[in-house]
Amino acid sequence: MDLQLPQVSAVYSWLAQVKDPELPVLSILDLGIVRGVNITENGELQVTITPTYSGCPAMDVIAMNIRMALAGRGFSKVDVQLQLRPAWTTDWMSEEGKKKLKTYGIAPPQRLSASAALGLFEEDESIVCPRCNATDTRLVSRHGATACKAMYQCNVCHEPFEHFKCH
Amino acid sequence: MTQEFKPTAAGLRLAYTLQLADNILILAHRLSEWCGHGPVLEQDIALTNTALDHLGGARSLYQYAAEQFNALPDAERTAFFTSPALQQALTAKGKAEEDDLAYLRDAWDFRNVLLAEQPNDDWAFTIARSFFMDAFHYFLYQSLKESPDETIAAVAEKSLKEVSYHLKWSSEWVIRLGDGTAESKEKMQTAFDERWPYAGEIFEASEADKAALAAGYGADLAIIKSLWQERVKSVLEEAGLNMPAETWMHRGGKECIHSEHLGYILAEMQFMQRAYPGMEW
Ligand SMILES: [Zn+2]
Repeated sequence: MDLQLPQVSAVYSWLAQVKDPELPVLSILDLGIVRGVNITENGELQVTITPTYSGCPAMDVIAMNIRMALAGRGFSKVDVQLQLRPAWTTDWMSEEGKKKLKTYGIAPPQRLSASAALGLFEEDESIVCPRCNATDTRLVSRHGATACKAMYQCNVCHEPFEHFKCH
Repeated sequence: MTQEFKPTAAGLRLAYTLQLADNILILAHRLSEWCGHGPVLEQDIALTNTALDHLGGARSLYQYAAEQFNALPDAERTAFFTSPALQQALTAKGKAEEDDLAYLRDAWDFRNVLLAEQPNDDWAFTIARSFFMDAFHYFLYQSLKESPDETIAAVAEKSLKEVSYHLKWSSEWVIRLGDGTAESKEKMQTAFDERWPYAGEIFEASEADKAALAAGYGADLAIIKSLWQERVKSVLEEAGLNMPAETWMHRGGKECIHSEHLGYILAEMQFMQRAYPGMEW
């Protein structure tokens, strides 16, 4: 490989190519899980990421995909560090990421996360239907196919859809 | 740990970490037993999502526990665990890794509370156990996220957001069942009355709990107990259920003395790694 050290900004542009395996429309930068990139003097790369949920099975795949994407750029040694703190929040998702989610058919997180709130039987207010933009929608289940999503249905176009929960 | 051995401060911190990790690993296993058997698909998914959150937290803690174990003085490292399979692996590898702690310890090296290992039985029993454990973890993590122990604080901060979701879910089920039909109310009350004698142990300070509190990295169980009781009381009231009567409480899990249930859990959970050591997939 070329011994010239890359710029951190170049590494970020390569990381923008790494997708969330469960939401392939989002890059890991859109998702807001990349905490930092560090290039050592010997040209070794360190990438620090934050897991979305503690048990998110996608994290191992994401770490592997980061290594592969950077291996493709000539980095045989890439150290992917997992950082738990500060805890990931949907507030870190990019605005562009939210738009991509909506186009993909998933209602993006709408409000700022209220961590550790305990109101019972509360629903997020008027989650907007990603198909017809109606605000008249209802929660079907707080839990969906992955930990980060809830299931909703639109009362206007009747389309069931997923909502990326505020977290 | 053999009785004659006097644990060092580092050994007590390891025991404390294992208490935290074992509680959520065993609870995760119990919850995952519902996978494919939930009453409706959404609740089946809710339970498995919750199990996965616990499992993720447990992994972080076992990684930390393995690090601590590997740094213990030789004599203490030899005496800390007495499970033969784990000792064999340690002799072969010279160090412990997260999976060794999950898969190669026998019941007498586990420190989870007895409540976590109690069987699912019916839906009401599952909800009662979850509600007691979720309320405990909610207040525990709120306290531990301020711990000067970086790793424990980070896991607590990360898990707190998830546990508040779990606690909402289990609280709502308590209210739904208690405030539901005569039958659902009776079943929920029975489950609470039956599981109540296992709740006391959670707040009884073990040697590790005492050391953690004294050294400043643990939580004060007396404070957590009063917050927990307040929470349990208010949800049961809203559900129209009675607080179970004060009674004799089971104990032992934190000191590695378990009910017969844990052996069956481990037999299932550990089978693959015992039959095919070190296998990956
Ligand atoms: Zn619609």
